[in-house]
Amino acid sequence: MRRPGTKTLVVAGLLVALILAGVISRFASSDPDGLTKVSEDHGFADTGSSHQALLGDYGSLTGIVGVLVVLAVAAGIAFAVRRRDRAREDDRQDEPQDEPQDEPQDEPQDEKA
Amino acid sequence: MHVPDGFLDAPTSVGTGVVAAVAVGIALKGARRELDDRTAPMAGLVAAFIFATQMLNFPVASGTSGHLLGGALAAVLVGPFTALLCMSTVFLVQCLLFADGGVTALGTNILLMGVITVVVGWTVFKGLQAVLPKRLSMVAPAAGIAALVSVPVAALGFVLLYALGGTADLSLDHLATAMVGVHVLIGIGEGVITALAVGSIVAVRPDLVYGARPVLEKRELVVRTRDQAPA
Repeated sequence: MRRPGTKTLVVAGLLVALILAGVISRFASSDPDGLTKVSEDHGFADTGSSHQALLGDYGSLTGIVGVLVVLAVAAGIAFAVRRRDRAREDDRQDEPQDEPQDEPQDEPQDEKA
Repeated sequence: MHVPDGFLDAPTSVGTGVVAAVAVGIALKGARRELDDRTAPMAGLVAAFIFATQMLNFPVASGTSGHLLGGALAAVLVGPFTALLCMSTVFLVQCLLFADGGVTALGTNILLMGVITVVVGWTVFKGLQAVLPKRLSMVAPAAGIAALVSVPVAALGFVLLYALGGTADLSLDHLATAMVGVHVLIGIGEGVITALAVGSIVAVRPDLVYGARPVLEKRELVVRTRDQAPA
């Protein structure tokens, strides 16, 4: 079996995440979680308060939206802070001068390239 | 283990907020060394997967459930600094979009379920990697054990914070016993899910698993000259 490409793996993984959030979540236990249960048993559950949620409760649809929002934010952060050693050749429109070019490639990372 | 508003007093919440902010700042710096064009999409995937998996509460004892925290999983897959960024993203979205975890408790939740699980998970994983045989097949079990340990430690972290600034007058001994007890059970689920998730990526693309790289580097030449990797 050929090894899947990075893109294939990420897309497959994302599909799994969407199915977990959109479908499998219907079968999740609705019992209180560990901390909530302990807070009930020890009489301090009522000291906690909740606030208005922008999306409401977890459901199939809101879960899928949540997965996509988390994906976008986390990938955005990851691309913003990543090393640009390879980007230098392919594209320079990311204004490489706005990030400090501290010791760009003294790490022995390139053996895989 | 999402802490709502009101469990901890204001000074403690401000304190955990500051600690969490500093930790995220350090992670933003450190993640630079872990992320490149190839691994950045993995960070997005890991965060999305952990968010989805945190929706899946599994029963652990009568009337009690638990879900994956994911710090150890993320650390092994994408590295500890990137892992904290992934976890913080998850808690931020849960807090704002779903009111899962309080707004004033966001720092507390990042500290307990992000910083603690990542640091404990990664430390235990590296420790196990040092003593176990340097084989690819050891990566997933080591990740699972690290994940298991990280959950009760996070629970103990909550008890410590409660000792500092809990808003109710409780017996801390009883609180600690109850918290650690139930979270050892949740930790078993955490360990199983983590081992399965890490194991499935190690099986197809071990080069994308941050924690597998030290093992992989040792056999790089063998892998590249043959189609079949030695067991």
